[in-house]
Formats: sequence, structure tokens, C-alpha cells
Amino acid sequence: MRGILRAIAGHSSGRIGAAIILVYIAAAILAAVGLTPHDPLTQFRIDRLTGPSATYLMGTDLLGRDTFSRLMLGIGQSFTIAFSAVALATIAGTIIGLVAAWWGHLWDGVLMRTMDVLLAFPAILLAMLIVAIAGPGTFTSVAAIAIVYTPIFARVVRGPALSLKQRDFVDAARTFGSSQSYILTRHLLLNLVAPLTVQVTLALAWALLTEAALSFLGLGTQPPAPSLGVMLSDSKNLMTQAPWLMIFPGLTIMLGILGFNLFGDALRDILDPRTQERPA
Amino acid sequence: MNPLLSVADLHVGFGRTPEANEVVKGVSFDLPAGKTLAIVGESGSGKSVTALSINRLVDFGGGRVTRGRILLRRDDGSELDVTAADERELMHVRGRDIGMIFQEPMTSLNPVHTIGAQIAEAFRISRGLVGSEAERAAREALDRVRIPDAAQRLRYYPHQLSGGMRQRVMIAMVLASNPRLLIADEPTTALDVTVQAQIMALLHELREELGMAMIFITHDIGLVAGIADDIMVMQNGVAVEQGTLDTVLDRPQHDYTKHLLNAVPHFTFGKTVRDDGARDGAPPVVTVDNLAVRFPVTKGLFRTRVGAVHAVDGVDFDLAAGETLAIVGESGSGKSTTARAILGLVEATRGSIEAKSGRSRRPVQMVFQDPYASLNPRLSVEELLAEPAIASGQRVDTSLRDRMAFLLERVGLTREALTRYPHQFSGGQRQRLCIARALMLNPDVVVLDEAVSALDVSVQARVLDLLIDLQRELGLAYLFISHDMAVVERIAHRIAVMYAGQIVEIGSAAAVLASPQHSYTKRLIAAVPAVERRRQRFTIDATQVPSLVRPAGFEPPPARWRDAGADHRVRMEDAG
Repeated sequence: MRGILRAIAGHSSGRIGAAIILVYIAAAILAAVGLTPHDPLTQFRIDRLTGPSATYLMGTDLLGRDTFSRLMLGIGQSFTIAFSAVALATIAGTIIGLVAAWWGHLWDGVLMRTMDVLLAFPAILLAMLIVAIAGPGTFTSVAAIAIVYTPIFARVVRGPALSLKQRDFVDAARTFGSSQSYILTRHLLLNLVAPLTVQVTLALAWALLTEAALSFLGLGTQPPAPSLGVMLSDSKNLMTQAPWLMIFPGLTIMLGILGFNLFGDALRDILDPRTQERPA
Repeated sequence: MNPLLSVADLHVGFGRTPEANEVVKGVSFDLPAGKTLAIVGESGSGKSVTALSINRLVDFGGGRVTRGRILLRRDDGSELDVTAADERELMHVRGRDIGMIFQEPMTSLNPVHTIGAQIAEAFRISRGLVGSEAERAAREALDRVRIPDAAQRLRYYPHQLSGGMRQRVMIAMVLASNPRLLIADEPTTALDVTVQAQIMALLHELREELGMAMIFITHDIGLVAGIADDIMVMQNGVAVEQGTLDTVLDRPQHDYTKHLLNAVPHFTFGKTVRDDGARDGAPPVVTVDNLAVRFPVTKGLFRTRVGAVHAVDGVDFDLAAGETLAIVGESGSGKSTTARAILGLVEATRGSIEAKSGRSRRPVQMVFQDPYASLNPRLSVEELLAEPAIASGQRVDTSLRDRMAFLLERVGLTREALTRYPHQFSGGQRQRLCIARALMLNPDVVVLDEAVSALDVSVQARVLDLLIDLQRELGLAYLFISHDMAVVERIAHRIAVMYAGQIVEIGSAAAVLASPQHSYTKRLIAAVPAVERRRQRFTIDATQVPSLVRPAGFEPPPARWRDAGADHRVRMEDAG
């Protein structure tokens, strides 16, 4: 673990990605404990639509709320949804992929064809469909994003699991009479940690974007609670009068995705079995 | 007359500072036209790098000739110093003067072109032949490397040919340029022993026909006895011994050569079989009766069963406590499938396997061929060794750790190994780990599936000695699966010869090796290279292994056996 951290520190894009993610997490934590320049929900009516200044670093919106403070809170909201959704997708996708690879035949056919059906829909369309059925809200956004990204994890797990299943050390375990759960966790899952870690970071970037899109369409986080997508949506009618309302949330989303992508690329370089020497 | 090739004080290094990382440290030899030099050594000895330096292919692997001279006499009689030549001259040297064949012919051939197109291409580059002329030349080349039905085979893709055929195609391509020097880098290592004999015979004939000189690189000193004029033995980048074939083989001077000739298993036609542990009528620990393993062959949309691959078809044998039964045969003969069926890794279609449970609930354990693939790279040695115990419901406690440490020390590793990971060990050490792991449950029988085949020859000898010691000490019975007759001769008490899924001959090791009765066993033993078979002319034998795919419902006729001695049974051939 320490070796991986050191390797990331030594990897140029990994360093940048890690720095961005750390700054975002710090901002979200500060906002969560109330340490924002202004209260994100208080409306300073006399300062409506003021541009960036020393008092309001990123200006104020139509109701006179501080954009910077709202962004900090919004990052927290978006990250919470993205992290929970990806965590659920990872667990569900890993189980589905492992079951499909290990038991094969009918299981493989049924599970993977279901995953193919889910993958056939564009991610945002499927998420919208799920939210439209279940009603908007934080919890349904998490569920929708998780369902959208589960097939990707199922595929990422199934491929390597199929090849690991054929390896001699799995045959050796069978000759000792090791239980299936032991083989699945020790011999398959442990060797899947590297590809999964990479996939998790990259999925976080997509999940962040999907959450922003859902909120933008009014299907995710509900006002007055801020989220990056909600803020972007609020700004769309004021684009010419108050461009800062659009620019800052937009940049925040873009930088966040960039951070996760850089970090994921670095992890892929580091965890690639062809370059990796030490056991992780 | 000057030699064709003269190498003097050759040094080759790798990396950024090649002078500091030398792999070849001062090798000199002369090769007269039409003669064969064998370079013998184990992996890492620098034998391949030496050969690759001669046509400077070593440059592409990041190597550099740091010192020395390689003089090659060319067609026109001029001499070229290969170490100083520029890339354009080198291309000419590689294309026309020096041909090369490699160990793995599948990776040397382009999988998306037919072999005909690839051979024709070789003729186009080296002789400028095009169109139908090139095609005719390609067909003649295939004829010359004794590929039957050359005209049809031209349209085959590499994957449609067997390993031996592919190696012949490689040779045909090399012959297009009519080289005066052929470098063969372990050309038969990946092939079955009878196919190896065919390739050796072919090389021999071509050398006579074309007057080529040859540099033959191998780890098997027995193999070169059949073909070489001179031998150079290499160890750690230095030529430790050079001389004519007979001098080196009969009067070796250097310790390493003596080691290669004495410590390493060599085939001696049953003269050096084990003389301990004769069968004394004890009840067998494993009895296999009429075992058949078939894999269905299906066809079409509805997966109709049209037949089956009869991988193992009616195999009977028994294994007594403390004895080694070797199952020998070539790839596809069903020997590994038999082993896997005994362990329950593949399902038997028919027949019974009875293992007497003696000391342990799982009396049969297995050691696999590839020590790199059979240990999970993410687990420490302690976790690896604990697995069989955990699987049988034991706790990981002090007494289990003591047993691990005891077994590690017994197989020649230290207690400290427990905290390390598989990649920190060499191939031989890993195989020792696998042996220790197989012994954790105190089994009665260990199935060794090509357990020493992936190891270097001298490591192989030490692991074999360890196995024999363990067998005596713990009263183990071994089922030893191997294609290597020399290794089998070292360890087996009894031998079963498998061919096309059936046992064709079974009996005491001395009887089977010294007086083989079945025509396949005879062919197999005749093909095994041996130090005593000097300048032997293998005869080209193009017998192909019969197809194992049988139509649905096919049953082989019952086997009929005849006794050829006290413990020696042979399958009657007209029955099969």
C-alpha cells in the first residue's frame, strides 16, 4: 500500500490527479462541518447577482447566495452520491462477474446477457428512466447511477476471472479440497484487486458527470440543497448577465473528472502486472 | 583455407552501460565451411546471445558487442567484420549468408498469411522470384523439407500445422536464401521427441545436400552427440570447454562439462534404472480400472453431438506403496488427462479410480508442470502452505507452522521463506515449494505432472534427487508423468507407455527401456538422443499420431495383451 502511494507521488499525472482529489475532499469536509466563507443557503438579498469580489470570491446568484460556499457544499453532495453509487456498482458488478465466470453455462448466459441489455442503453438515458420510475432524490440518484455502472464492473471482473479460473493454482486448490468461497476470495478476488482499483477511479469520474447531468435535469439533488448539476441548471437563464454562475460550477466538474482520470491512469500504469514487481 | 566464420574474444553487454553488464565475456571459435558447432549451456549461459551476435540480431534486443571480432567469409571470398558492419550490409548478411531458426516456430511465422505466401516472400526477397516462379520455388522448398502434399499445404495457415511441420516451414524459408551458415537456436526444444528426431534427421540431410555450416544451440548435450563436429560448452558467458565431439564427450576437462555429462539425466537404454523398492505383493494404493475420459465434439446451432475426443480410452494400472510409476508419451497421448482424472480435475466418462485412504483424507496430491503458474502470486509462502491444511479443517497454529518450517527445510529452503512471496524465488525453488505444499497433508501418493520439465538440466537433477530421497523417507508412491525418457529412467520403477489415449506397454523400467516390444515404444526409444549415440543418422519417419476424434457411439475393440516377461505387458497391435 505504501509502495503504491510512493509510486503515485513519483508519477507526474498521478501527482496532479491526487492533488485535485485531495483538494476536493478537503473542500467537501470543510463545507460539511460548516466552515464555508458564508452560509451556503442564506440569501443576501442586497448582493444579488454580484460578480466575483473579495467578499464573494465567485460572485452570488439570483437569490444572493454565495457561489463559492455553495460549490463547496455541492462538491460534498456530488461526491457522496458518486462514491456511494460506485461502491454499490463495484460490489454488485464483482459478484455478478465472479458468479458468471465461476459457474459459467446458464449463470453466465443469463447474467451477462442482462448486463448487455443494460449496457445497450446510453448511461444517462437509463439513469433518467430509473429516476423517472422511482421519483427524484438523492437515494434514487445513487441507485440509478449504481445500476448504470454495474455492467461495466461485471465485465471487468468476468474476463480476468475466466482466465484465473484456468490457472494451475486454482486446480491445485481443488486438489487440496479447498472450499469454493476460499478459492473465489483468495485465488480469484485477490488477483482482481488491481484491475478493480483502476476501474473504480475511472468510474468515479463518470459517476460524477452522470450525477451532474441528472441534477441538471432536475432529477437528482433537489433545491435548495446545492449540487454541481443544480447550480449549473440554475445558471442557464443568466448565462449572459452572470457568466460566473456557469463558469465556476462547470470548471469544478471538469477539474474533478480530470483529477479522477489522471489518478486512474496513474494507477493503471502502476498496477499493471507487466510493470509491477512487488506484491501489493 | 580460412574458416567460414571466425569469432575472436567476443564480448556482448546489455543495458545503458554494456561494458558493465556483460553477458558474453570473451568467446572465440572458428567454424570451417560445412561443419557443425554445437553450443551447449543452460539458461543464462550466454549461448543464445553469442549466436545472435553473429548476425547482430542482438542489437534489436538491446545488446551491444563491446569487444572482439566476428569475421565472416562471404560469397565472393571477401571477409566482413560483422561487428563493424553497417545496417545495410547486415541486412544482406542476414538475408543471404546466415539463416536462422528459432525455438518456437509459431511465433516466427505470421499467423494471417498462408505458409505458401510466406515462403514465396522469402524467395522474392532473396532471389527476386515473383508470381508463379516464386510459388514453384516454394513448393519445391516444402518438398525438400519432406512435407507431404506440398502443393496443398502451401495454402495452409500456420495454426493448421503441427509444431514439427511449422519448424520445417521455417527451415524451408531459411533455405530460400541458400545460406552458407545456419544458426539453429534450440530448434527442437518445444517438440515431441519423435518429431525432434525427424527435424534432426532433416537438418542432417540438408547439411549434406547443401554443404551448409551449422551452429546448433541447445541445453541437451545428448542431442548434439548425433549431429555436431565440435562442441563448445558455455557457462556464465564464458566458453569453459571447446573441442571436437569425441574429445569433449569422452575426456571432459572442465568440472562443468563433467557435471553436464554425469549429474544430468542421460538416457542409457535402461542401464541406469533404480534398483530399490521391488514390488513385494503389497496391496496397491491406487487402482485405475478401464478409465476413459472423453470430451464431446458438437456441431451446428443446436450443439448436436457428432462424436467425442477419446483423450483417455480404457486405461488400467495400479500403483503400489513406495513405488514410482512413470507414464510416458507425447503431447496429446492422454497422460496428463489421466493424471487430472485421478485428482478429480476432469470427470471420468467411465471406469473407476480407487485410492486407498491411508494417512490422510486426501491421499493423492499433485505437483504441476509450471512452478510459475501453480503458485498464487498474491499469497505469501505461509498462506500458500497453509491452504491444504485450512481446506481440511485445520487451524493455523504453532504446530502447523512447525510442520511448514520442517517441510521447507526438508525440501532445501529455509524457515525465513515463510514470509516471502513466490516471485522472490527461482523456478527450482518454486518447484520445491510446490513439493512442500503437496506434502502438507501427508499424502500416500503424489502425482508429478511434468514436474521437472520446466527446469534447467542441473536444477532438474537436484529436484529429482530430492524426490527420490523424499520417496524413501516418507514411503510415497509417485505417479510420474513425463515426456523425457532420460528423467524417467532416473526415477521410475515401472513405466507405462501411452499412445493415442491408450497404454500400449507397461512393465518394469528396465524391461521396457531395454527391450521395448510395441512398435510405438520402439520408435519412441529410437528417437531419444543419447550421449552414446554418436553421429547417429535418425531415419525420417513421417508417421502421424492418429486422430482421437471418434464418431458418436464408437467403442474401441477390447484390448488384447501379451506377456513379454515377468513384469512386462504389451498391447497386441492388430487389436487397435
